[in-house]
Amino acid sequence: MNALPLLVVEDLRVAFPGRDGGMVEAVRGVSFTLGRERLGIVGESGSGKSQTGRAILGLTAPEGRVSAARLEFGGVDLLHCPPKQRRALRGGRIAMVLQDPKFSLNPVMTIGAQIMETLRAHTRVSSGEAKKRALAALESVHIDNPERVFRLYPHEVSGGMGQRAMIAMMLIADPDILIADEPTSALDVTVQLQVLAILDALVAERGMGLILVSHDLRLVSSFCDRILVMYAGRVVEELAAGGLAHAKHPYTRGLMACLPQLGASTHPLATLDRQPEWAL
Amino acid sequence: MGAVTAHPALGLEVSHLRVSFDGFVAVADTSFCALPGDSFGIVGESGSGKSTVLRAICGLAPKESGTVRLTGASATGAPGSKAFRRQVQMVFQDPYGSLHPRQTVDRLLAEPLAIHGMPDAEDRIERALDEVGLGQGFRFRYPHQLSGGQRQRIAIARALILEPQILLLDEPTSALDASVQAEILNLLEALRRQRNLTFIMVSHDLAVVTHLCDRLMVMQRGQTVELLAASDLAARRVAEPYTRSLMQASAGFVRKSKPG
Repeated sequence: MNALPLLVVEDLRVAFPGRDGGMVEAVRGVSFTLGRERLGIVGESGSGKSQTGRAILGLTAPEGRVSAARLEFGGVDLLHCPPKQRRALRGGRIAMVLQDPKFSLNPVMTIGAQIMETLRAHTRVSSGEAKKRALAALESVHIDNPERVFRLYPHEVSGGMGQRAMIAMMLIADPDILIADEPTSALDVTVQLQVLAILDALVAERGMGLILVSHDLRLVSSFCDRILVMYAGRVVEELAAGGLAHAKHPYTRGLMACLPQLGASTHPLATLDRQPEWAL
Repeated sequence: MGAVTAHPALGLEVSHLRVSFDGFVAVADTSFCALPGDSFGIVGESGSGKSTVLRAICGLAPKESGTVRLTGASATGAPGSKAFRRQVQMVFQDPYGSLHPRQTVDRLLAEPLAIHGMPDAEDRIERALDEVGLGQGFRFRYPHQLSGGQRQRIAIARALILEPQILLLDEPTSALDASVQAEILNLLEALRRQRNLTFIMVSHDLAVVTHLCDRLMVMQRGQTVELLAASDLAARRVAEPYTRSLMQASAGFVRKSKPG
């Protein structure tokens, strides 16, 4: 795809303490590289897809243990760099859009104040300049009346609007990589597509790398250049865009088959017959 | 499982239903009827009033005007009566929120039986668990010890234990993984056939609704947009632009050719 990958992940492992005192590995040896492209990570709940995204950002819960043979972003070793440097990267050069704007925006700060806070945490700008850029950011995510939304609190806007505000907030520091963890799952289908179109245009314009984490195989395959399918903490298959029909792994194929489709009647639906060897 | 008698199916007719909350009209004027043994779907986005219709049918939302009535050979209960409350049962969207976190499965299933004074609680609970494919091992567990799919099975068992003839399903699979969704949809379909049930199902997912339902209604902002048969939708014969946009949206993301 390109000579210099933005992000190199090699043998990433994330483990959490289990009830029996041992460690349970949620992510078990994930490796991939990310260039300026759209990469999708798909899997069902518990497959480790979100933990992969969080580990890259350094947002793993404190009791979790992250290890990797290599976890590099633009030449910086993320696992061994000083916390200060990591903090500067987080939100600055690597940003994350979370699932539900209802829970991931600060409820007691106006949307404008939150966006300005992000900007001023990473760049030194005057408050007037910050406000100007926050308004521009809101406009870039297709919000019609940025001045009004700037003054609103998160509970005063709809889900789609909240998610756009979050995207604006994540993009204002001009990151190189955007990790979007189920950015549209809490939204209605028609709004989903609007938000994805906005993300798509922004990624293309700015030449960012995007990691889209989602459970929705069909949506991801229609959006991303490359897809990693995860099962039980491992990548079981890597697919090119539109290559879903040629999926080889029985898990991917099973996942496709169990979705009801418009215009095709299959009664009963195929169910996934999980094989223990998939999790090996 | 054998002792379940198939009651003659009941239908449900809703005419000119209107629901408002403090002046906000959630459902403006909705009429539809689900024939006995029919499976009827309601599709719409959030805020369209689709769930409110279901809640108004079973008395969880205040009806401002309009009528809800059972149809069919053995239709007796008026809405709100004890008979109606037994015959019409609801399965909620979020199995993480709809089960009491401090009650065991056994107690969750015993409560509706006690309310309606049904005998043989022991047998019925055992049978209900078998029917939803869980088995007796789950009887004394708490909801937090179950997966999402297992919880939704318990919620279905709780609704079916009263031998209802109409099941109201409010997004029964939207909180579940795709593979688990397929299992629950298959279970619902099998139960409907076995017990001659009438379904009214609300969902935002057109594919799920057309899979399970014969006829469906599309709602937007409290209004009925279109009533159509699932086969029409499958063949893409739709009249309203809103239905068309929903249909396109469910097909996935389409990148515009010219960068915009």
